[in-house]
Amino acid sequence: MTAPVLRVEDLSVAFHTRNGVVRALDRINFAVDAGQTMALVGESGSGKSVTAYAIMGLLEEAGKITGGRALLSGTDLVACSPRALSRIRGRRIAMIFQNPRAALNPIRAVGRQIADVLLRHGGATAANAKQRAIEALQAVGIPDPARRANAYPFELSGGMCQRVMIAIAVAARPELLIADEPTTGLDVTTQAVVMDLIQAMAAETGMATILITHDLALAAERASRIAVMHAGHMVEDCDTATLLAQPRHPYTARLIAATPSATGRLEALQSVPGGLPDLRRNDLPPCRYAARCERRAEACDRVITMRDIAPHHRIGCWNPLEQAA
Amino acid sequence: MTTALLELESVSKRFPIGRHGLFRRGHVPHVHAVDDVSFTVGQGETIGLVGESGCGKSTLVRMITRLLDVTDGKIWLDRRAVSEVPAALFARDDDRGHIQMVFQDAGDSINPRFTAFDAIADPLRRLGGLRGEALRARVEEAAVQCGLPVELLERFPHQLSGGQRARVGIARAIGTKPRLLILDEPTAALDVSVQVTVLKLLQQLKAELGLSYIFVSHDLNVVRLLCDRVVVMYLGRIVETGPAQAVFDSPAHPYTRSLINAIPRLDGVRHTEGRLTGEPRSPIDPSPDVCRFYGRCPMGTDRCKTEMPPLHALPGHRQAACHFAA
Repeated sequence: MTAPVLRVEDLSVAFHTRNGVVRALDRINFAVDAGQTMALVGESGSGKSVTAYAIMGLLEEAGKITGGRALLSGTDLVACSPRALSRIRGRRIAMIFQNPRAALNPIRAVGRQIADVLLRHGGATAANAKQRAIEALQAVGIPDPARRANAYPFELSGGMCQRVMIAIAVAARPELLIADEPTTGLDVTTQAVVMDLIQAMAAETGMATILITHDLALAAERASRIAVMHAGHMVEDCDTATLLAQPRHPYTARLIAATPSATGRLEALQSVPGGLPDLRRNDLPPCRYAARCERRAEACDRVITMRDIAPHHRIGCWNPLEQAA
Repeated sequence: MTTALLELESVSKRFPIGRHGLFRRGHVPHVHAVDDVSFTVGQGETIGLVGESGCGKSTLVRMITRLLDVTDGKIWLDRRAVSEVPAALFARDDDRGHIQMVFQDAGDSINPRFTAFDAIADPLRRLGGLRGEALRARVEEAAVQCGLPVELLERFPHQLSGGQRARVGIARAIGTKPRLLILDEPTAALDVSVQVTVLKLLQQLKAELGLSYIFVSHDLNVVRLLCDRVVVMYLGRIVETGPAQAVFDSPAHPYTRSLINAIPRLDGVRHTEGRLTGEPRSPIDPSPDVCRFYGRCPMGTDRCKTEMPPLHALPGHRQAACHFAA
């Protein structure tokens, strides 16, 4: 058994705002192995992106990590100095963002943006950086890479820009890739091609991938493991097939029941009642799903911790759904 | 057979590009945004309009809502040729209120300085000439129909949740008692948890008010749930139409097949046949003899680059524009 690439332990994040302290993440635990694709799934506001930004050390000024560790092959990213982190970011962990056109520098040719990363993290020299950038564009399947290297982001389609982002992200062969809604805003046809590319890159370099998405179907298709988040808590973490077939946390089951599938009718879909609780409250219930939950019991007033209910299947619930026979 | 509410007859839109003016010489290149599109929307029918970005969906929708004039062809609303009315004058036309639109993200499309009440009342004031108590009554009626509590009408958009904002956008559109509602990705900005309630609301409104819908969306799983028929567009042209279930079960055009195979499925089974690589052909003065899908099509042959496949009828009220569709 190899050690995981990333192990997150009891990670908590709070944002200090004018209107109070927002407890955006509360004791998050998970691990990702090399070559594995894990999906973080949840509604907007569930803390998926905050998890990624906290790991990357990119939280904005108001956000503070209030506890826990994030170990990247043994290095605690939470304890790293900003300087050390900036050497790790781009080299050992890379991130691709939603809306690639906004994430790229609009006034720098894409070939040069790739060369910048190669020079800083990829061991390229001034002499060969340009050539290696062209090779990187070729590797992500951009036709006519020598010409496209001189193109600016506005001259490329959304799908092409995302390919450039992927080329930048994998330039230094990172151990971990965090893809934050990498295909939101792209057409389904482009989404499929971009996801194929990310997975091919992961297979080639053996990097671990965290796919952040609100689309449970995308996660089901691409990730071997899915962790469901709700209001800053992780509620269930399990291999994909089991999670979809036998969800044990009531929220996971609700989320699956609300997701349109390739068959099934509108009448059969059910919304998730209620909304996320206000995370600024001081008296947040131990289970942040309790107010929306139809299985709420007395036991739910105890502090929730993630526990194993089967090998590789963890939930944060005291009154889980029965296991189907 | 339902009667046609809206009929499009060979509708085209071409935009000139490049230099304009006195000294311009010779041929002006045109972007063929919409090319020879014909279909009908029956009374009470829901048509799904799908296709990649850049396929002309939005241009088509803007012509139907009469925000944009057609270059060629005719649009009939209930046997009246509304395309004859210039877009600039349609704003004061009697039929303006009969075609309404629900925009993608109600958070962005509603004036942030309007309360929900004002947002819903605005078209009623302008088009219906309602004032005072009559206006209030109609706004509240529309809000209630959309499941928006009347207490929330005094709130501004930022004080409403995503689902509530979507309801304001829908209430605003149905206020003028339209006959045709154009829904442009109405749930794209919503979480799945609320998406379902909005979709169910749309279905219920359709039944209660006898509306016809044109539903524009990328999300084919959602289109399948709501639509009676689908119109699939590629680079300005219709490539396939037919009853939604039939098209999704056995797509006739290779583009439709790629599109459907690309939808992520909840069962985790991935379909990789017909992945669309490459970019679409240029929409600038495309050759009238080459199939628009040629070059990306997995089955393209020499015939496809010398003869544009026409949209031809298939069994089961379906149509496809492919030499190989039968």
